Amino acid sequence: MKGLVNAIAPAALIVTLLAVWEAACRLLAVPVFLLPAPSEIAVAAVENAPLLIDAAANTLFMAILAFVLAAGLAFTVALLISTHPLAERAVQPLAVSLQVTPIMAIAPLAVIWAGLDHPDRAVVALAAIVAFFPIFSGALTGLKSADPDLERLFDLYGAGPLDRLFRLRLPSAVPFLLEGLKVAAGLALIGAVVAEFVARSGLSKGLAWRLMEASNRLETAKTFAALFVLVLMGVGLNALMRAAERATLRWWRGR
Amino acid sequence: MSQALAELDNVEVDYPRGPALGPFSLTIQSGEIVGLVGPSGCGKSTAMRLLAGLEAPTRGVVRRVTAKGDTAVVFQAPTLMPWASARANVALPLELDRVRRDDARARADELLDRVKLAGAERAKPAQLSGGMAMRVSLARALVTDPKLLLLDEPFAALDEITRRALGEDVHTLWAASKPAIVFVTHNVEEACYMAGRVVVMTPGPGRLAGETPVEGLLPRPPGFRTSEAFRHACERVSADLAAGMQAASA
Repeated sequence: MKGLVNAIAPAALIVTLLAVWEAACRLLAVPVFLLPAPSEIAVAAVENAPLLIDAAANTLFMAILAFVLAAGLAFTVALLISTHPLAERAVQPLAVSLQVTPIMAIAPLAVIWAGLDHPDRAVVALAAIVAFFPIFSGALTGLKSADPDLERLFDLYGAGPLDRLFRLRLPSAVPFLLEGLKVAAGLALIGAVVAEFVARSGLSKGLAWRLMEASNRLETAKTFAALFVLVLMGVGLNALMRAAERATLRWWRGR
Repeated sequence: MSQALAELDNVEVDYPRGPALGPFSLTIQSGEIVGLVGPSGCGKSTAMRLLAGLEAPTRGVVRRVTAKGDTAVVFQAPTLMPWASARANVALPLELDRVRRDDARARADELLDRVKLAGAERAKPAQLSGGMAMRVSLARALVTDPKLLLLDEPFAALDEITRRALGEDVHTLWAASKPAIVFVTHNVEEACYMAGRVVVMTPGPGRLAGETPVEGLLPRPPGFRTSEAFRHACERVSADLAAGMQAASA
């Protein structure tokens, strides 16, 4: 019974908020360009479905590409610098600088370097930069998280660096790496949308462009519809990453 | 004829926070079980790491005649790889020594059987109880057939019933191949039951406070805990501990 209530509670809250919103818009006769009612947003979503789905697929593709690039690069860098404390000390300030620099500040440079005709490249690069740090940080922490007594045991049995890496440090890093990947997946999507905004090019064909286009034309219902698709995509991606994390950890721990 | 397997000769260990051990001397003969008793922080674990070759002394000499694989350690926690099965955990020392995977795993199964864990080969550490996990750790230590087995407070986190059962198991396993065992504990009764000789250390930096031979057979016969020899050994070790504490505070 408690489980059922827990499952229903979020849906009930959303339905209640939508009902209040719908009622308020109708009773107060709020102009549609200012705040459309949920029913009007639904209509706009259905009418523009092919366009929005196409744009969402494009943004999602960019985010996934950025995520894969960031994962490969961050993991490789973490692996390389985990081998020597000096390398870590050298790279850490650069990595932190990358983390604290607002993506909006470097986006114009990325757009110029990618070439104005290729905003998609800039979008992927910027989203990858945003997704890089959580994976790098998770991988580096994980690679150094092995149980010190297990490290001593490997010393005792004369383990070489490769045995130590593959039999101890990489498996020890798995939970940290999964956490980093989960956070990075969401950030890659946000990064891709922000980068599309900054690129301000119809060539990017992403969801952000559709958002800007609709808001510039005061098609507020369509703007909300695009926003709704974006939220849905983020929530779906997060759920997918959580499920993958749970399944991997279940295998890792054996329960 | 027993021979010295390992020797700490006037060793001292200093850490950045201050001296941790010594000067302290200890000789381990092959086939004997030595109990190492002392208050927390007296340097028992440091002495173990010196004997295992995992740490070097700041001053003094460590002599070890054992080769790679001849020394095994069981830590206070089971220290298993959580992602690996009991079998893979036990086979680890052999696989690190480039023994063929199939042979290593067959030998691991044999050891798991000896520590009464037949059937749990595929279980991962999270699926085992504390006592079972410690048995896996013990099996891993014995898989290379070591000459020197270092047990660093191995039963500290277990309940009394499991402690006693594991103590009997350690004696049975010892009787099969007679490795020298150094058994670190801060429990006087446990030390006198497990060991043929109990060495007492003073509070840190640990020095020798006394040494007591424990009469009686190993493994212990039934009723040993109520015997005169056991009571006498416990009294002497307790007296050494008290004297050590007094000397340290003087």
